[in-house]
Amino acid sequence: MKLTHKELEIVEILEKDARIHTDDLAKMVQLSMPETKEIIKKLEEQKVIVKYTSVIDWGKVEDHSGLTAMIDVKVTPKRGVGFDEIAERIYRYKEVKSVYLMSGAYDLSVEIEGKSMNEVAHFVSQKLSTLDSVISTTTHFILKKYKHDGTIFESGDDDKRIVVSP
Amino acid sequence: MKKNYLSKKAQALKPSGIRRFFDLAAGMKGVVSLGVGEPDFVTPWTVREAAILSIEQGYTSYSANAGLLELRKEISGYMKKQFNVMYSPSSEIIVTVGASQAIDIAMRTILDPGDEVIIIEPCFVSYSPMVDMAGGVPVHVQALKENDFKILPSQLEEVITEKTKAILLCSPNNPTGSMLNKKELEEIAEIAVKYDLLVIADEIYAELVYDEEYTSLALIKGMRERTILISGFSKGFAMTGWRLGFVCAPEEITQAMLKIHQYAIMCAPTMAQFAAIEALKNGRSDVEEMVKSYRRRRNYIVQSFNDMGLTCHTPGGAFYAFPSIESTGLSSEEFAERLLLEESVAVVPGNVFGVSGEGHIRCSYATSMEQLQEAVKRMNRFINKLI
Repeated sequence: MKLTHKELEIVEILEKDARIHTDDLAKMVQLSMPETKEIIKKLEEQKVIVKYTSVIDWGKVEDHSGLTAMIDVKVTPKRGVGFDEIAERIYRYKEVKSVYLMSGAYDLSVEIEGKSMNEVAHFVSQKLSTLDSVISTTTHFILKKYKHDGTIFESGDDDKRIVVSP
Repeated sequence: MKKNYLSKKAQALKPSGIRRFFDLAAGMKGVVSLGVGEPDFVTPWTVREAAILSIEQGYTSYSANAGLLELRKEISGYMKKQFNVMYSPSSEIIVTVGASQAIDIAMRTILDPGDEVIIIEPCFVSYSPMVDMAGGVPVHVQALKENDFKILPSQLEEVITEKTKAILLCSPNNPTGSMLNKKELEEIAEIAVKYDLLVIADEIYAELVYDEEYTSLALIKGMRERTILISGFSKGFAMTGWRLGFVCAPEEITQAMLKIHQYAIMCAPTMAQFAAIEALKNGRSDVEEMVKSYRRRRNYIVQSFNDMGLTCHTPGGAFYAFPSIESTGLSSEEFAERLLLEESVAVVPGNVFGVSGEGHIRCSYATSMEQLQEAVKRMNRFINKLI
């Protein structure tokens, strides 16, 4: 669907800061509060805005046992449904965080979150690899997250400017 | 007997009014600053990386006096593409140490002792001293708030004398954010042509415009031959600390400026020039992102000021809002000082930019939304205390 200029502005601002107060947001896009609320509601209903989430640096949380793996999956596409059917069979698992169809050396990029290496290994060997259309998998474990969804976790970008200048 | 070694000129120079506020604020903790005249963005990484590479590769020598030819070619292409003005890279462009140095050499190139330069206040604090130091006489006219801080042609005409050599024009303006549109520029151009004056056009904020398309003065009929166009990388590309600007002017003026430039400073820093090449080649999307962000913050801060009873016109460009604080009954100095001491928000009193700036404060919105929200919260509290 085609968004108006104001709608696009609102979506872009919310994507960066989902918790922004609606009155501040309204000022930023030069609309009234009710108009802004109306647009947000419409975009939510249309599922343009799908969900509001937080970016958490789990690396900072002590005793957090969780790890993420990116798996390159080669599959055989099926006549009529292409990759959609196998993608669906994969993304329905709750362990799967994201699934993308890729160009290049493999077909699907699958992001898995598990509590331990064993858990991920179990999922890949018992569930993913055994699916009919799956030809091969290559699993990469993420060792450290430096930047996620456009956010640098440990950024030294504090304000280095002098306080008053001409 | 101890001799006074200082020249009369140096002694007569007044320190900038901004410095007092800098000293006041510098000693304080937890200050939310709307007093900064530079972008809050760090120079785009691709630009920083290009400078690092140039150093690694050993490009650490002087460049040509006018700047690297490659950079001048890029500037020429950029000015053509972005603003539709045409300048020859080989004879009509000089790369300078910031736009400030460009203004300085322009003044020194065109002024004989006693020549007058019309300066439109409120304006950047360095204009007058630069005219002074070049031996000229600054003649101040006041852009008024009832005209959205835009100068009227009739006001210019009133102060023109036989001694008038040039008009110094800054649009979008620091500190008011006012931008002159094509029609308003044409009116000024008419005066310049009628009295055969030069115009030094400080277009350093030309990239940062939010509502209307930007028109360069050099594009107005009859103006290219009498315009010294000054711009740079500081504001649009978030490169203040690199000290890199440029000046475009007809060949005769440029070549005269080049003589002064080469004796005064040789050339602009080479690594900064490499950075600027990258900025022009690959920095466009960064500029667009920054402009988008400034526009949203401008909308937010202007509406917030108006909501709290500080009347504020919507500035067309730069990153300054210039709200009136007359409703509080305080002078701009009192307002700024008390706001800083009582609520730790730094702003710049309007009177440091000229007498017509009195009754206003300059608030830079080149700061994060979080900081702006905090500033608005504190200022609301401050104003409510006053009433």
